[in-house]
Amino acid sequence: MSANLPKRILKETERLVADSPPGIEAHPHEDNLRYFDVKIDGPGGSAFEGGIFKLELFLPEDYPMAPPKVRFLTKIYHPNIDKLGRICLDILKDKWSPALQIRTVLLSVQALLGAPNPDDPLANDVAQHYKDDEKGAIAVSKEWTQKYAV
Amino acid sequence: MSSDGDEMDYDDFEFEDDEGIEDDNGSQTSIGEAYDAFDDGVAGKPVKKDPWDISYQPKSVEELQEEQKVLVDRVCGLIDSDPSTAATLLRHYHWNPEKLSDKFWEEPAKTLHAAGLSPPSSPSSSTKPLPASNNAKASSSRSRLEPVPTESFECPICCLEFEPEEIASQTLSLGCEHRFCKGCWTEYLERKILDEQESGRVQCMEDGCGRVVGERTVIALVNDKAKDRYRVLLDRTYVDDSPQLKWCPHPGCEYAVFCKESPARKLDQIIPIVHCACGNDFCFGCGFANNHQPLTCRYVKLWQKKCADDSETGNWLMANTKECTKCNATIEKNGGCNHMTCKKCRYEFCWVCQGDWQSHGTSWYNCNRFDEKTGQDARDSQAKSRASLQRYLHYFNRWANHEQSAKLDHQLYQKTERKMEEMQNGSDLTWIEVQFVKRAADVLLEARMSLKWTYAMAFYMKKDLSTEIFEDNQANLEQAVEALSEMLEKPIDATTIMQLKSDMVNKTNYVKKRAEIILDDTLKGHYESRWKFTDRD
Repeated sequence: MSANLPKRILKETERLVADSPPGIEAHPHEDNLRYFDVKIDGPGGSAFEGGIFKLELFLPEDYPMAPPKVRFLTKIYHPNIDKLGRICLDILKDKWSPALQIRTVLLSVQALLGAPNPDDPLANDVAQHYKDDEKGAIAVSKEWTQKYAV
Repeated sequence: MSSDGDEMDYDDFEFEDDEGIEDDNGSQTSIGEAYDAFDDGVAGKPVKKDPWDISYQPKSVEELQEEQKVLVDRVCGLIDSDPSTAATLLRHYHWNPEKLSDKFWEEPAKTLHAAGLSPPSSPSSSTKPLPASNNAKASSSRSRLEPVPTESFECPICCLEFEPEEIASQTLSLGCEHRFCKGCWTEYLERKILDEQESGRVQCMEDGCGRVVGERTVIALVNDKAKDRYRVLLDRTYVDDSPQLKWCPHPGCEYAVFCKESPARKLDQIIPIVHCACGNDFCFGCGFANNHQPLTCRYVKLWQKKCADDSETGNWLMANTKECTKCNATIEKNGGCNHMTCKKCRYEFCWVCQGDWQSHGTSWYNCNRFDEKTGQDARDSQAKSRASLQRYLHYFNRWANHEQSAKLDHQLYQKTERKMEEMQNGSDLTWIEVQFVKRAADVLLEARMSLKWTYAMAFYMKKDLSTEIFEDNQANLEQAVEALSEMLEKPIDATTIMQLKSDMVNKTNYVKKRAEIILDDTLKGHYESRWKFTDRD
């Protein structure tokens, strides 16, 4: 498997493991080096502070021409993340550039936790909640963080 | 080019150069031609007789390509650039050379940047200029040929290393100094073109860099399949970008139609139906794949939506239920005789005419015909919704009837052909002499089409004095159409064939005339904003 792995992926993995950004961990599976277990700490000051969120990240065959596939495994109450953990983030879709990396993607996901954007929602009900009653919605997000992500 | 030594960098290829300069001359002659081409087009076939008619010109793919070339050459001359840059700028400015050159000479750097041709402002990131070119950067004008690099280069995408002497031949930057290897560029561009159907607006691979990849770069890097696709997509965007061009929507047709007098704001007044070189009609205003005169685009859209939404449910309700004229309960008759007794209010009435059962038998009701008078009565006695549903279905059923008949046109032509053969066999008429039957079928279909849309139009019209004339015209045409249709269906009697011929020719002419009258009047009415409409649902 690793013999066929492009140099780009090997280099990225090496650097991720040796020098990961603060609050982010990513480790490839031993039997599939394109599949990563990811942990992201909820950013300080956000409703997700104190939580550790698990994600899965997969590098498709045509990576880096195609974006990695990223999904939350930990339940989270966030307007841009749906029940199945799918993430609404432009760089994971049409704004993807092959010059972006796993590292930059995970940093963007972390930034998304710090700055929910209810105007571009994936989970409509959560987004509506955030729009109508931000305080109440943040309270639910905190509650879920305590319940599922600690 | 850029002899004034500013920041402009026109070129896509830093290692492929000078073509722009060669192209500067010799483009002057074609400027005039570009405009002649357009003007000839406008003066083309369809003769404009009324102010509400439009003139237009179908264009083949070759003609479209020629036009693009002429415009590109013209812009090369106007702003002193190479064709690839000119094409990118033109695409950004919707193929308007005047606007482009005005903007360009006002603010060259800003214009280039807007079109994705200037160096990036993004502060990122993974890609850095070649180490050796760092020194050269500060100097007043960047040279086209990079200084020979001294260090090896690692492509930020595939992480492969390139020796200093390979850099010029194996790697490429668009002039925004984001350098990648050619293999990655090729993979990226082929993917954008073949998978994502992008063409004129593919950007640099660097995140956030808006630099557009020019035509020459693309052609030099991608495989033949992607090249072909790229050219098709470019032609497509040329038409899509121009408000004066539209693709013919008919399957398999490769023509576009040029028309420059059909701005969106005039669509309440004119109905720009064009006849494509493939033989089919479509609307230049809304893209509707047929002639929808005399109804304007806006109401065609509303009508179609309404038909898609409601007509089936409406038809079912209409066919299977009625409302009790006393208490308005919706009733489905599922058996038994026509003497109904409402379960709710015990009112007794006749299912057929909905009148009181008491007075039934000495009927003054007219159940087969809809008119506004009974509609009014129904509103008094029945729910308002039922009346408007009835009104809608009245128009819908007539519209659908003609729609259905028009769909059978293939059959009609087959039948007509058989009839024409029969006539030749049964009499001493020649093939030429029986052409009147074919002509009758042509006129009939066209009249049906117009008639069809008059019903949708009537649905949205506000009733006033002028609509009465409209309805009279409609009734006249309807009658004439049905009469002609019947004549076409009738079996042929050899003894009366000459009589039939003269009758049919007369009727055909009459239908044609009636259809012209209603079309002229309605189109003139639109142009003068004489008709009043309501957006009922």
